[in-house]
Amino acid sequence: MTTADLTDDDRGMLGRIVDPALLRRLFRNRSFAIGFTMFVVVVLIAFFADLLAPHDPLQNNYRYRLGEPNQVHLLGTDNFGRDILSRVLHGSRVSLVIGLLVVMLTAVFGTLIGAVSGYVRQLDNVIMRVMDGLMAFPPILLAIAIGATLGPSLFNAVIALTVAYTPRTARIVRASVLVVRETEFVEAARALGAGHLRILFRHILANSLAPLIVQLTFIFALSILAEAVLSYIGVGPRPPTPTFGNIIAEGRNYIAEAPWITIWPGIAIMTTVLGLNLLGDGLRDVLDPRLRVEGR
Amino acid sequence: MTDPVLIEARGLTKHFPLRKGFILGRNLGTVRAVDGVDFDIRTGETLALVGESGCGKSTTGRLLLRLVEPTAGSIRYKGEDVAALAGEALRARRRDLQIIFQDPVGSLNPRMTVGEILAEPLVIHGIGDAAGRARRVRELLSLVGLAQHHARRYPHEFSGGQRQRVGIARALALQPAFLVCDEPVSALDVSIQAQIINLMQELQRELRLTYLFISHNLAVVRHIASRVAVMYLGRIVELAETDELFARPRHPYTQALLSAVPTPDPDRPRRRIQLQGDVPSPINPPAGCRFHTRCPLAEAQCRIVEPVLHAVAPGHAAACHLVRPIS
Repeated sequence: MTTADLTDDDRGMLGRIVDPALLRRLFRNRSFAIGFTMFVVVVLIAFFADLLAPHDPLQNNYRYRLGEPNQVHLLGTDNFGRDILSRVLHGSRVSLVIGLLVVMLTAVFGTLIGAVSGYVRQLDNVIMRVMDGLMAFPPILLAIAIGATLGPSLFNAVIALTVAYTPRTARIVRASVLVVRETEFVEAARALGAGHLRILFRHILANSLAPLIVQLTFIFALSILAEAVLSYIGVGPRPPTPTFGNIIAEGRNYIAEAPWITIWPGIAIMTTVLGLNLLGDGLRDVLDPRLRVEGR
Repeated sequence: MTDPVLIEARGLTKHFPLRKGFILGRNLGTVRAVDGVDFDIRTGETLALVGESGCGKSTTGRLLLRLVEPTAGSIRYKGEDVAALAGEALRARRRDLQIIFQDPVGSLNPRMTVGEILAEPLVIHGIGDAAGRARRVRELLSLVGLAQHHARRYPHEFSGGQRQRVGIARALALQPAFLVCDEPVSALDVSIQAQIINLMQELQRELRLTYLFISHNLAVVRHIASRVAVMYLGRIVELAETDELFARPRHPYTQALLSAVPTPDPDRPRRRIQLQGDVPSPINPPAGCRFHTRCPLAEAQCRIVEPVLHAVAPGHAAACHLVRPIS
C-alpha cells in the first residue's frame, strides 16, 4: 500500500523496456532508423550550438542588415544583421528544450490522470469529462489562449502546450490501463495481497507504456510545431531569444527581399518534425504492431 | 469423509448490476451470476465445479478468494468468515487462499522475469531477505519441475505448459492451504494437460493441498476430483462423490451433461440426451426450477416452485422435484 513495497529489487521501468532484442528490432525498422538518425543529428546540433555557431546569435550588425548568404554569413543575416545560421543553431536548442519539457510534463500528468481515471472507476467519469472539455478545443487554439493569458515567455509556452496535450495522453494511458487491469496477472497480484500502488505501477503501468511512448514522440513533434505558431503570433518565448518560430516571425516582413531568414528555420522545423514523426511511426510499428498501417 | 471442513460457503451470491449512462445511470437489471450457492470443501479433497460457460463457476471461485466481492452469503475458512475480512486481516488471510488461472499467457506479467514473479508474493508479505527469497524461488522452481536458470527468463520464453508450472509455483509461494484452480488445463495441449494434472496431484499429496477445481472437461474432473458439484445458471443442481455422480447422476441436467461425454468404445450403445434451446439469460432466470425451460422431464410444479438441494442418497444431493429425497 505504501511506496515502500515498490522499492526492493525493482529495476527502473526503462530498464525493462530497452532490452537488446527490442533495440535490434527497432533499428531494423527503416522508418525508426532514419527518424532516429535525423533526430540525433538535431539534438547534437542543439547541444553543441555554442561550438558550431560562427557568430553570436544576438549580435546586431546594422551595416549588414538583410544580408544575402556569403562566406561570413553562410545563411545570410536578418533585419538586425544577426547571423541566421547562428540563430537557427541556437534556436534548435530552445525549440528542443520546449519540446522536451512539454513531453516530460505531459507524460507525468497524462500518466497520472489516465492511471487514476482507469484504475479508480468512481473518478473515471468526472475526470474524463473534464478531459473531453479540454479536448473540445483545438490544441493550438487552447495553447494560444493560455499563452496569451499568461504572457509571452518560454515557460508559459511550455505550460500552455502541456495543458493542450495532456488530455490526449491521459486518454491513451487510461485506455491501456482499462485493458491491462482486467488481465489475469493483475488478478493474481490481487490474490497475493499486493497493494494498489504495486498493482498500478508494477503490473498495470509497466504494461501500458508502449502506446504512451509512441504518443509522446508525436507530442514532441507537435510541440515544436506549436512553439513556432505561438512565437509567430507573439505568445511564445520573447524575442530576441532565437527559436524556430521567432526567427520565422521576424523574417515574415522581409520574405520577398530576404527569403533566407524564413526558409532556413522552416527547413530546420521540417527536419526535426519529420525525424520525430518517422521515429514515432517506427516505434509504433515495433511496440504496438496492432496499429500498423498496411502496405508499409 | 471424516476430514474437517476447510471452506464452507453458505448462500453465496453475486449479482452484477447492469448500469448504463453518465454518473448515476439507469439500472438495467441484474446479472445473477451466482445465486445462493452452498457447499463445503473438506481438507485435502478436490471439489470439482462443472457446468457450461457462463453458469457462474469462475465467479464462485473468485468469490471464495474475495477477488469478486460477494453480494450476500458467507465464506468460512477454518471457521473464520472471510467475507467479513478487510484491510490487513484480509491481506494476511490471502496467504492461505490462492488461485491458478486458465490462461498461461495472460496470467504472468510479461515485464517480469520468472524469478521476480515468484519472489513477488514474498516481497508483498515481507518474507525473508533477498538471499532467502532467492533460495525460496529455487525451491519453488524445482517443486514444479523447472530448472534454476529459468528464473532469469521472461514468460514469453516458455511453452504453455512451462508457463502453467510458473503459475502454479507462484500460487504455492506463500504455502497456501487452499487453491482455486480455474480451468488450469483447458488452454493446454492434451499431452501437456496430463503432465500438469499429475503435477497438481503430486503437489496435493506432498503439501496436503485442498483444491476447488473448476472445469468443463468431465474426463479431467473424473480423474482428479473427489467430489463434483454441477452448476446451472448460478445454482448448484447436484453434488456427489465423483464415482457416485458419474455412475448414478440424478438431476436431468447432470444426466444430459454426462451423456455428452464421448466414450472410447464406438460400439457401446449411447443414449444421448440432447437439450433443446440455449441457456436462459442470467439477467432473468426462469421462475421455478431454472432448468425447466430445457428439461425433458419438466412438470407443472417445476415451472412454479424452485427445488432446493436435498439429499437423494448418502453424500449425494440434487435440486430436482422429480428426485425423491431419502427419508
